[in-house]
Amino acid sequence: MAEKMHDTPMLDELESGPWPSFVTGLKRLAAQEDKPYADMMKDLLGQLELSYNTRMGYWKGGAVSVFGYGGGVIPRFSEVADKYPASSEFHTLRIMPSPGMHYDTKTLRKLCDIWEEYGSGLIALHGQSGDIMMQGCTSENVQKSFDEINKLGFDMGGAGPAVRTSASCVGMARCEHACYDTQVAHISCVNSVLDDMHRPALPYKFKFKFSACANDCTNSIHRSDCSVIGTWADDIQVDQEAFKQIVADRGRKEIIDQVIAMCPTRALSLNDNDTLDVDNSSCVKCMHCINVCTKALSPGKKRGATICVGGKRSLKIGDLMGTVVVPFLPLETEEDYEALVELGENIIEFFAENALEHERCGEMIARIGLPNFLEGLGIEVDPNMIIHPRISSYVRIDGDEWEEEVGKWNQRKAVAAE
Amino acid sequence: MSDKPRVPDECGVPSAKPFMHPTLKANYGKWKWHDRPRPGVLHHVAESGDEIWTVKAGTPRQLDVFTIHKLCDIADEFCDGHLRFTVRSNAEFMTPDESKVDTLIAKLEDEGFPVGGTGNSVSMISHTQGWLHCDIPATDASGVVKALMDELIDDFRNEEMPNRVKITTSCCQINCGGQGDIAINVQHTMPPRINHDMVSRVCERPSVIARCPVAAIRPAMVSGKPTLEVDEKKCICCGACFPPCPPMQINHAEYSRIAIWAGGKHSSTRSKPAFHKLVSANLPNNAPRWPECADVVKKILRAYKEDGRPWERVNEWIDRIGWPKFFELTGLPFTKFHLETWKGGREALNASSQVRL
Repeated sequence: MAEKMHDTPMLDELESGPWPSFVTGLKRLAAQEDKPYADMMKDLLGQLELSYNTRMGYWKGGAVSVFGYGGGVIPRFSEVADKYPASSEFHTLRIMPSPGMHYDTKTLRKLCDIWEEYGSGLIALHGQSGDIMMQGCTSENVQKSFDEINKLGFDMGGAGPAVRTSASCVGMARCEHACYDTQVAHISCVNSVLDDMHRPALPYKFKFKFSACANDCTNSIHRSDCSVIGTWADDIQVDQEAFKQIVADRGRKEIIDQVIAMCPTRALSLNDNDTLDVDNSSCVKCMHCINVCTKALSPGKKRGATICVGGKRSLKIGDLMGTVVVPFLPLETEEDYEALVELGENIIEFFAENALEHERCGEMIARIGLPNFLEGLGIEVDPNMIIHPRISSYVRIDGDEWEEEVGKWNQRKAVAAE
Repeated sequence: MSDKPRVPDECGVPSAKPFMHPTLKANYGKWKWHDRPRPGVLHHVAESGDEIWTVKAGTPRQLDVFTIHKLCDIADEFCDGHLRFTVRSNAEFMTPDESKVDTLIAKLEDEGFPVGGTGNSVSMISHTQGWLHCDIPATDASGVVKALMDELIDDFRNEEMPNRVKITTSCCQINCGGQGDIAINVQHTMPPRINHDMVSRVCERPSVIARCPVAAIRPAMVSGKPTLEVDEKKCICCGACFPPCPPMQINHAEYSRIAIWAGGKHSSTRSKPAFHKLVSANLPNNAPRWPECADVVKKILRAYKEDGRPWERVNEWIDRIGWPKFFELTGLPFTKFHLETWKGGREALNASSQVRL
């Protein structure tokens, strides 16, 4: 027998107002009397209304997975199943979308059909890590629904102490700022470590994120353990005629105040003839001038990425931004992308071997020190990795170590000069 | 069992090539410049001369299949059957035909999807799972976001801020919502209440002890059973012990409150990325519309909108005017709780004679 719709006076208040309402969507699902999920969604609304009244959550975790994989399903069992039995199991399948979250409607509609047959009809596009979140599945239907989703060409994302689903910006698909191919980087980096995604056995989560320039549209520097941010190693490209036109259109004051003076390293100057003077050796590739003069300025031609490692939120030692581990990794040839994949694999391997349980990569580096991390990965030290050199006088330099390090520096400089 | 389970096709991240709009695919990596003809619309021009107009629309993120079908119907009618989503859950509709833009906008608005979120606007608030689906939340992200976006919709539809504003919410202090120009995050104000009967049954005690960032948890025996106890004076009420040990209940109807943070930024554009800083706390977790949170957020936005210079993000605006002026302009009180006391806390103190008087 069909269940009755619970009264939801609190949630009803979230149906008014101009922003589209998730409550209206939940109710629409609950009203589909001919669908298998109607009762589940009625009780879900009942439980959610209870949370709004008591200001407490009522889900607990558990262990649910699909054959062959250890992770990717977020199990949710209700603690108030006696009152709301139809939504007693309300698991989520984390599914990886394509890089840049592009869809054709045919595929998106198929995902909807699968979720109407086996799930609740509720899908989040997308979760904070970048997953398609197929929410609201019974334990019994987890395998069946995953089989259908998997046959459609989609794979399970990450959960638990594992490589997590990644995200990338729109990149070369529609952005003139893109300094590398985020789609290729995203697919090749993640797909090379699928075992560490699907069979969680790392010390803790590990995330990649891919942003094709310093605007960092995926928030990678803080929201991923390995952040790949597009940059360039030569000069900003300036179309001086187009720049002069911008000066003419917007006026010198605006250009000086909003472009020249906002350069973080004072690398810009407006010439008397309204062309732009760029001190490229001081430029930190921050993107501001390019953002605000898109017709006249663009990134240089020698393109690649800066790799920052260790971003994370809260817990343990507090927030960390990723910090520079590779100042410039060229990303133009197939070999370049293979080097990126290898770097990712090496970082994960080092993390797996050296992090403590429930320790993020950035916390591990803070504990062991960046020099040890770099040594483990065979990466040479570079002044781009720091804001300033050491302040603390407590530094131990054994025997000939200083001379050895000076020798390495000189050797690197000699190689670079060739 | 007669039915053998299906072996998964470990196909990984799928290629975007079949999903991209044909114009994006044809001009992949060959885009030349873009502008924004009006709020909510991006216009990109490729080296080939091809052009694409993108109309950005807000969604509730938590989408029922009927809403997704509606988005698909619009994409079928106007965008050759393609669409994409941003990391902030906005849907992007792309067309190479400029003449379709106005009707596309009208259609989206008509169907209840507000058009905006581009340029110097307040984009969709990024949010977490909350009471709807998370196992440890003290509040509901979807509700906070819906209530706030109702109030901020004009700032979503227009580009009248000094720079873009990214707002985030988080339902516990793990803070899955991440950094924001403004962040609306749960703040617990009471140590966990411990169900001693359950601890030994469901918690791995050493790993719970290890989770505590201030070493306030220690093993104990209560009624002859092994359990855990909390040094309540040391406890910072972060809730880190709750996920691995649900009997250490941190959530509380009254004492789990909301704090507002400002000045977070991820991009390396102009200034370096920055963490958001505490600006207000102890706001009630007032479902279903959290008016007290909206009030503080609007105070910050109003001050930033009036006083920020073009292209200054919230943190850059505060860097210029200084925190004394920030608290003056927003009318928010400054207290001893704003002083950093965490590891490395002295780095957040003013070690100079540079004061703003």
